[in-house]
Amino acid sequence: MSEKELTTRQSLRFDELWSYDPAPESPDYVKIKEQYQLFIDGKFQEPESGNYFDSVNPSNEEVLALFAEAGKKDVDKAVAAARKAHNGVWSKMPAKERGKYIYRIARLLQERAREFAIIESMDSGKPIRESRDIDIPQVIAHFFYHAGWADKLKYAFPGVDPKPLGVAGQIIPWNFPLLMAAWKIAPALATGNTVVIKPAETTPLSALKLAELIQDADLPPGVVNIVTGAGETGMEIVRHPDIDKIAFTGSTEVGKIIQKAMAGTDRKYTLELGGKAANIIFDDAPVNQAVEGIVNGIFFNQGHVCCAGSRLLVQEGIADELVQKLKMRMETLIVGDPLDKNTDIGAINSKVQLDRILGFLSESVESDQRIYQTKCDLPEKGYWCRPTLVENVSQSHRIVQEEVFGPVLTIQTFRTPAEAVSLTNNTPYGLSGGVWTDKGSKIFKVGKSIRAGVIWANTFNKFDPTSPFGGYKESGIGREGGIHGLSPYLELS
Amino acid sequence: MIPDFKQTVPIDQIGVEERVARFRTRSIKKESKLFALKLALRMVDLTTLEGMDSPGKVRQLCYKALYPHEIDPEIPQVAAICVYPNHVKLAVETLKGSGIHVASVATSFPSGMGRLESRIDEVKYAVEEGADEIDMVISRWAFLKGDYGYVYDEIAAIKEACGPAHLKVILETGELETYDNVRKASDIAMYAGADFIKTSTGKISPAATMPVTLVMLGAIRDYYIKTGNKVGMKPAGGIRDSKTALHYLVMVKETLGADWLDPDLFRFGASSLANDLLMQIIKQKTGHYQSPDYFSIG
Repeated sequence: MSEKELTTRQSLRFDELWSYDPAPESPDYVKIKEQYQLFIDGKFQEPESGNYFDSVNPSNEEVLALFAEAGKKDVDKAVAAARKAHNGVWSKMPAKERGKYIYRIARLLQERAREFAIIESMDSGKPIRESRDIDIPQVIAHFFYHAGWADKLKYAFPGVDPKPLGVAGQIIPWNFPLLMAAWKIAPALATGNTVVIKPAETTPLSALKLAELIQDADLPPGVVNIVTGAGETGMEIVRHPDIDKIAFTGSTEVGKIIQKAMAGTDRKYTLELGGKAANIIFDDAPVNQAVEGIVNGIFFNQGHVCCAGSRLLVQEGIADELVQKLKMRMETLIVGDPLDKNTDIGAINSKVQLDRILGFLSESVESDQRIYQTKCDLPEKGYWCRPTLVENVSQSHRIVQEEVFGPVLTIQTFRTPAEAVSLTNNTPYGLSGGVWTDKGSKIFKVGKSIRAGVIWANTFNKFDPTSPFGGYKESGIGREGGIHGLSPYLELS
Repeated sequence: MIPDFKQTVPIDQIGVEERVARFRTRSIKKESKLFALKLALRMVDLTTLEGMDSPGKVRQLCYKALYPHEIDPEIPQVAAICVYPNHVKLAVETLKGSGIHVASVATSFPSGMGRLESRIDEVKYAVEEGADEIDMVISRWAFLKGDYGYVYDEIAAIKEACGPAHLKVILETGELETYDNVRKASDIAMYAGADFIKTSTGKISPAATMPVTLVMLGAIRDYYIKTGNKVGMKPAGGIRDSKTALHYLVMVKETLGADWLDPDLFRFGASSLANDLLMQIIKQKTGHYQSPDYFSIG
């Protein structure tokens, strides 16, 4: 029997006989206002400029709401409110009282989890399964975890008397809008800092909903201020002289701009930037589960994940089998309406991002790389990208070196552990990595050689508030989560 | 080519269980639900395997297989009934002309602790009595001792004794404990000639679970990719409600595709599942739940 004959005969039919009927979450459950203001000093305030911008639902291109564009004067107001709240209330309050407020935020989020999940999926395009089962539960876990630290900081740092820095300026990305807000706000509040935070301009809705919840929680005015806007608003925060610490999550490109702006000042900063993680599959790996890990590594959240396993490195002996199985698995992925409970891959977050991804792919076609996409149908409106494999690539190709931030996986092979490690480390980034083998000693040996902040073994994209997260090299500076994530918000001398 | 069974195909426990959790998040509604409920009913092996089974009980079960819910003529028949060898003849006669298969457990069910010769004789007897499906048990003692050759040979010998009857090989996964063992036993059974691999006797707890079934479906898929042969799957024991059955079907569909969504390649070994499926089918059609007393017991 020829190889071709075998493949034809043994292709499995995943799209026939039985398909799932639509099972959408109803958006009627949530109330979205037509227009949202800035949240400054515990009140919703109009922007000084009177300018507003819109945020669209990327799955149908409809405008969800208008958001205020914060300018210099608004940021000044927000920072002044945060300073006043810090000096007057938040830093003076007994730590256990501070903890109670954070617990209250966590509990209110728990009660309204479904509402937040629906909002998050509508604004970001991510499937409801993920916002319901991953994003929102993680958000809640971060607030609970950090609430516990509020009155125990001196146990986290024995022998020193930890003090808050003051006002933290925080800028977050569009891939995990509310989760990134939680990663930033929870540790800042627990350590006694006050906050001026800017959500991304394509996904501000859940942050403004959080502002409403913070009002409900009776948090003292000015402790959390939320200003919306694009890059210019972010730069106002970065340049503000009365902010003590900047926490940024986003692209390496913007990270470099921030780093330049911070140079020569005494302000602290942490940067969580891009990544180009390798997922290394050895020939003794549990192959069927590795396929799942590869899928979760790159197609989770449409690949809009800084720690995504976007480079597959597979040992030569099992490469054909693994890729065949990966393609089979990809055929079962359901791409479409983010609110449908059966959707595996939702909409690309914005037109800009979709164009960027397609740009990479058309370049791949031009340079004779082999592109494989699943056959699934796509909705007519909205921004979509089929799950994609790119074969016939080398280390020198741009698609192997640069962050695509989409559902696009490159495939390379290797022969020995040493070769796998050198390919893995041969990138400007170092955020995460994956090792798949049934042999424990190999996990430790290879894991220790990878220069990245997070290494997963026989799994991928696992997050926990107790675990520090952050990068080497151009993937960033500092850590978030765990005890490590508290120290950037504290004076420890 | 027969692989070296000492070389385990590794299974990652956490990975398997996470995949199963994903299947459970699938939401099956409306027409797709009704289709799946009817399909699941067509896949049921109605089973009675008690020391107290009498001709009267077996006859009752056969009638239930023939007329699951006579009030609604659109309700499909089940796939088979499964009884001890001494009741095969009665079942065959009662079900004559219906197309419902008669399966029989043999080979010193449920422990398998008999002389190989007598176990083979039991198989031959069941086949002569008219069983067209034989559910055998493997020698777990030999498997756990590492004597994979013994297990391979006994399955091959029993397959030969089956003649035209289909062979389902029960691994008794509850006694094998690890997923690595489940995978290895599945491979041995398929390479030795199994037409179906089956999780459990129903006499040991845990019986069928979704993770165990997924490991076995993965083995079936790998065997199919390598050889082109389609082996069937039968989880047995512990599947009592429709929701679980639908999750199993989701798992089959997304692991092996449409070909296995067929009673020829997938069965549920269960007794109480059938009535729950009936109740749900009627609910889908009428919009109302009825009392369990409106459905006949088997």
